[in-house]
Amino acid sequence: MKNRSLVSITDFSREEYLQILDRAVEFEKNPNQRILQGKVVATLFFEPSTRTRLSFESAVNRLGGRVIGFSDASSSSTSKGESLKDTILTVSNYSDLIVMRHPIEGSARWASEVASVPVINAGDGANQHPTQCLLDLYTIRQTQGTLENLNIVFVGDLKYGRTVHSLVQALTNFNATFHFVSPTELKLPSSVKIYIKEKKLEYYQYTDINEAIQKADILYMTRIQRERFSDVMEYERVKNSYILNADMLNGTKNNLRILHPLPRVNEISTDVDSSPKAYYFQQALNGVFVRQALMASILGL
Amino acid sequence: MTDQPRKELVVSAIENGTVIDHIPSANVFQVMKILGLDKTENQVLFGTNLISRKYGSKGIIKVRNQFFEDREINKISLVAPNATLIVIKDFNIVEKRQVQVPDKIESMVKCFNPKCITNHEAIPTRFKVVDKEDLRLLCHYCEKITKKENVQFI
Ligand SMILES: [Zn+2]
Repeated sequence: MKNRSLVSITDFSREEYLQILDRAVEFEKNPNQRILQGKVVATLFFEPSTRTRLSFESAVNRLGGRVIGFSDASSSSTSKGESLKDTILTVSNYSDLIVMRHPIEGSARWASEVASVPVINAGDGANQHPTQCLLDLYTIRQTQGTLENLNIVFVGDLKYGRTVHSLVQALTNFNATFHFVSPTELKLPSSVKIYIKEKKLEYYQYTDINEAIQKADILYMTRIQRERFSDVMEYERVKNSYILNADMLNGTKNNLRILHPLPRVNEISTDVDSSPKAYYFQQALNGVFVRQALMASILGL
Repeated sequence: MTDQPRKELVVSAIENGTVIDHIPSANVFQVMKILGLDKTENQVLFGTNLISRKYGSKGIIKVRNQFFEDREINKISLVAPNATLIVIKDFNIVEKRQVQVPDKIESMVKCFNPKCITNHEAIPTRFKVVDKEDLRLLCHYCEKITKKENVQFI
């Protein structure tokens, strides 16, 4: 992995992901290891994402490295019309690793081709967000003891949710059985189903969450946004059907854990928060450990 | 089969050069543009709306004294998937081959995704051809698919 960029979830192999997850376990036990001393990590956020940025910067700081960068495009030279290429070439001179978030799809791949240092994609528009996927994998393994042979139920906006697409792609390496619960308009796209079919894995589709929830080892909730619907009436009709509340957890498996990429709006009622099956806040914390492990691996430390 | 008298060639024969046959009539000019024939100094003869037994109507292009590499000629497969390339030397056909859809397409087609980086910065587009029959192009950058009906040439 040394000196390689991570742009898309398909860039690394199953074995490489497992190595990163194993390494993250070490950072969870002992988060403060000053192995990045003397290294500079640039965090270039062309669109604001406080949660992701703080997670990366916390990871760098706990490793003893330094952070340079900006937190939104208005404070970068892009606002003066500089091309992404020029910004990346310049920043390459000042840093050992670039972490980039950008609203334009494919920008991270382009940056990784231009930069003389490795690039980690922290989200490129609706395309990829591989470190979210890594932390999801880490959390699933942490709660289930394994990544193999699990029943994963995805709920909500499966059409536009990039975290869902990446996670489905990644889990096809681990013999998962997939259950997709969504309104008809927001079904998983066929471009993602291809990966499941290639591996000859099973998947089922539902419009009613109650039909799938009893089978779940992992329940992965996502938000449904009004602007995704071509028909507002349809949104009004379905919006409450994809909200999880504590009563719905009756009779579910003991090992069930509920994940959500956060921030949530109302798709998980607050009465779920106190359930031992709710795991979304711990999930977010894992982001720091997997990002530590990823950066250490890429920098060859 | 009865011995039919040889019909007069609609577009006259060439001594040395290349004939590209079975081009959809509507795409003859597109093919010329892709191959740079709109800028060549060689003689170019072409015909459109000619009668084809196989396809009803067809177009044909003849270029004097010019020969094409596979890599070059395969670019036209996007607009002329059934085209045949005929190499002529001394009025004789020395080679005949079908165009093939290439595995990769570079700097030729626009990415259909308006939010793709290639539509925002000066970057040569790159696609992997994921379906050759139905022409589906996977963008190397934004990872979205541009379908046949959305193909736009640069
Ligand atoms: Zn694209």
